[in-house]
Amino acid sequence: MNLTLKIWRQKNANDKGKMVDYQISDVSPDMSFLEMLDVLNNQLIEKGDSPVAFDHDCREGICGMCSLYINGEAHGPDRRVTTCQLHMRMFKDGDTIHIEPFRAKAFPIIKDLVVDRSAFDRVQHAGGFISVNTSGNTQDANSIPISKHAADKAMDAATCIGCGACVASCKNSSAMLFVSAKVSQYALLPQGQVEATDRVLNMVQQMDDEGFGNCTNTGACEVECPKGISLENIARMNREYLSASFKG
Amino acid sequence: MALDSKIPQGPLADKWTKHKNDINLVNPANKRLIDVIVVGTGLAGGSAAATLAELGYNVKAFCFQDSPRRAHSIAAQGGINAAKNYQGDGDSTYRLFYDTVKGGDYRSREANVYRLAEVSANIIDQCVAQGVPFARDYGGLLDNRSFGGVLVSRTFYAKGQTGQQLLLGAYSAMNRQIGRGKIKMYNRHEMLDVVIVDGKARGIIARNLVTGELERHSAHAVVLGTGGYGNVFFLSTNAMGSNVTAAWRAHKRGAYFANPCYTQIHPTCIPVSGDHQSKLTLMSESLRNDGRIWVPKHKKDVEAIRSGKLKPTQLAEDDRDYYLERRYPAFGNLVPRDVASRAAKERCDAGYGVNATGEAVYLDFAAAIIRYGKEKAHVKGLNENDDALVKELGKEVVKAKYGNLFQMYEKIVDENPYETPMMIFPAVHYTMGGIWVDYNLQTTIPGLYAIGEANFSDHGSNRLGASALMQGLADGYFVLPYTIGDYLSKDIRTGAISTDSTEFEEAEKNALENINHFINNKGTKSVDSFHRRLGKIMWNKCGMSRNEKELKEAIEEISTLRKEFYKDVLVPGTADEFNEQLAKAGRVADFLELGELFAKDALLREESAGGHFREEHQTPEGEAKRRTEFQFVSAWEYKGEPKDALLHKEPLVYENIEVKERSYK
Repeated sequence: MNLTLKIWRQKNANDKGKMVDYQISDVSPDMSFLEMLDVLNNQLIEKGDSPVAFDHDCREGICGMCSLYINGEAHGPDRRVTTCQLHMRMFKDGDTIHIEPFRAKAFPIIKDLVVDRSAFDRVQHAGGFISVNTSGNTQDANSIPISKHAADKAMDAATCIGCGACVASCKNSSAMLFVSAKVSQYALLPQGQVEATDRVLNMVQQMDDEGFGNCTNTGACEVECPKGISLENIARMNREYLSASFKG
Repeated sequence: MALDSKIPQGPLADKWTKHKNDINLVNPANKRLIDVIVVGTGLAGGSAAATLAELGYNVKAFCFQDSPRRAHSIAAQGGINAAKNYQGDGDSTYRLFYDTVKGGDYRSREANVYRLAEVSANIIDQCVAQGVPFARDYGGLLDNRSFGGVLVSRTFYAKGQTGQQLLLGAYSAMNRQIGRGKIKMYNRHEMLDVVIVDGKARGIIARNLVTGELERHSAHAVVLGTGGYGNVFFLSTNAMGSNVTAAWRAHKRGAYFANPCYTQIHPTCIPVSGDHQSKLTLMSESLRNDGRIWVPKHKKDVEAIRSGKLKPTQLAEDDRDYYLERRYPAFGNLVPRDVASRAAKERCDAGYGVNATGEAVYLDFAAAIIRYGKEKAHVKGLNENDDALVKELGKEVVKAKYGNLFQMYEKIVDENPYETPMMIFPAVHYTMGGIWVDYNLQTTIPGLYAIGEANFSDHGSNRLGASALMQGLADGYFVLPYTIGDYLSKDIRTGAISTDSTEFEEAEKNALENINHFINNKGTKSVDSFHRRLGKIMWNKCGMSRNEKELKEAIEEISTLRKEFYKDVLVPGTADEFNEQLAKAGRVADFLELGELFAKDALLREESAGGHFREEHQTPEGEAKRRTEFQFVSAWEYKGEPKDALLHKEPLVYENIEVKERSYK
């Protein structure tokens, strides 16, 4: 396949940035999207040009590091995949592909396609944990029976990889899907009940302080989420938040 | 320096308890005066950082990723072992200890492995308390599955994402401490050197990967939880950024490197598809609970399959060779990884590989789908003889167990594994070798500790499935936080360590010179091109089977490649910006040294043990042949070039377990 790539290039946080065109040939349909960019970068390097910076690490869809906005969609045209799992067989010979970073006020650009998602970490610092010491002196694991249904639902929420596709896809740059996934995981488990009130209030407060937008229930986040995190979680967080506000 | 493993005296089962009672503690008020650096935030580093902070130490944690949650422990799929005996199938601490030592082919340290088995049960309690959503049965209790090399069900799991859930557990414990200010987190930072002051590890030089700035960080002790070095093979299941740099720089400063040649080549990975390949993807060992591995019995069918004239599903049962079930009836498809990998290679070398490159075997779920489907139909009172219904029900069960793995496979290979068998081939996955540590997890540099995959001690020459997560968390939550206190108890009056010393200056200057060399070199070839070439040498000559001639060639070739690398590598950009190529250049430089030591270690070890298979040492049936003369740990001391590395031996003594031929037949 021969492709035209239009890629966002931005030297650093202060640079204005612009789209730049590249031609790439002999792309195999079995390549992953990032392997295609590897080929481009190798060509750029050996020509003495500066390679395109992008985040990536595990390349198997679980670390959440890769974060490309491809043809107007977070992680590109395929569903339930991260950018590293997107394969070139999703494209046709002669296609033009637009590649941009995840854009949001709370995710400032570091370079080219690399953004700073530390806002997500700070939301977790505010309450994304159960305050139990790691000494191992806890009760036997089986003394807390948890219904399979609740455990499975908690697991579904806990599957979030923190990539930020939800924020990038949302017209309001809202982080509700991400935050609600964590709140839900603990809300569904008996271990999480003790701190439930503070947790949801603190995490939502931090989310707002970071400059993420509000949720208007368009559902774009759910569509683009590589892990299929459900909007149900947002509804659950809203309930948790409401009841916490009355208690608080 | 003579190696002292510092194994406590007394009966095996009492050693750890007694040791904990004997060592010195630091009182809570004094802990506030002590700083500890933890490098790496995977299961080992993350859990250690959280626990040390909770105890009251001031922790500085470092990771090269943009968040501690992204460390590659996140990608571990199948599960974590613990001797809980919830299934009542005869499990015990001793049995987990026994399986692990045997699985490691009698090349691990008895006392360490026993301690690991002992604390394993605590890990599960701890993680459940933290809110890790392990799989449960309908009664609400924890579920288990089986892994290779054992005869009990002791593996706890969270779908096919156990590593993710455990890491997020450790990450949440870290977050609590970061929020309290007890951990200062440095994301996108890479350790470039460890600083030794008066013979003790007192800090590190780190590079801020966003700004390129070099930073000095001091502490009373330094802990490395920096993972393994599988990426020396270029293609592996490791993350792209996984590297040996922190461990190797520590080695250069005096930490001995143990058993570098012990590599785990995992039997069930997605085969290589072409030259563009950047990494390999694992399909969890848990799939071998239900998947059956086979190749065609006859060459003519192999040809027909390769040319697309025959579909694997069309091949009659009698024309298939379920070679693991044939060769190892007792363990069948659940033999340990080293055995399963070699058996796949044997079939493929003999010409029975089922894809175009001849390097793939089938992993087939058809039988499991029917079995589960019938079971489900029976439970629901439906017609067990309705094939379509049974298949449909069976697929649902398989999907619930392995859905995410099947989806991953389909996205990469573009084939539906519910309908046609998966194709798999072995790939580099884990390294059992690593920095030498004593019973306290301290390296040969006082005050420098190594935990998790970065150290060498618990898995011998082959790691059993679901044991890496166990070891990482055991080291970080339950072992290091105790043992490091003994060392730090002598530092309560030391006060803050200054970074304004000649030692820090020298280390920083050294790191800067390295960086400047790469930036100013202006060669003609990219960093990756060298990495790929190194990987080829490693895979062809230091891979699944090794021999004297090729190992000697490998040593020469790597040494030549390293010289060429320094002369001709092209690193674009500058040192004071976000520059991934520059970071990579430093990592590949270290791989080019480690690779040579790896080959040297493999050459020395004239035996076959676990993942290390020397063609000269095998039984007539092609099984690995261990030799008593090699019942030792090879610990290498840095002396300049890898070829000059000096060997130290730690003899391995087995007092509680009989060293037998390892048989899974």
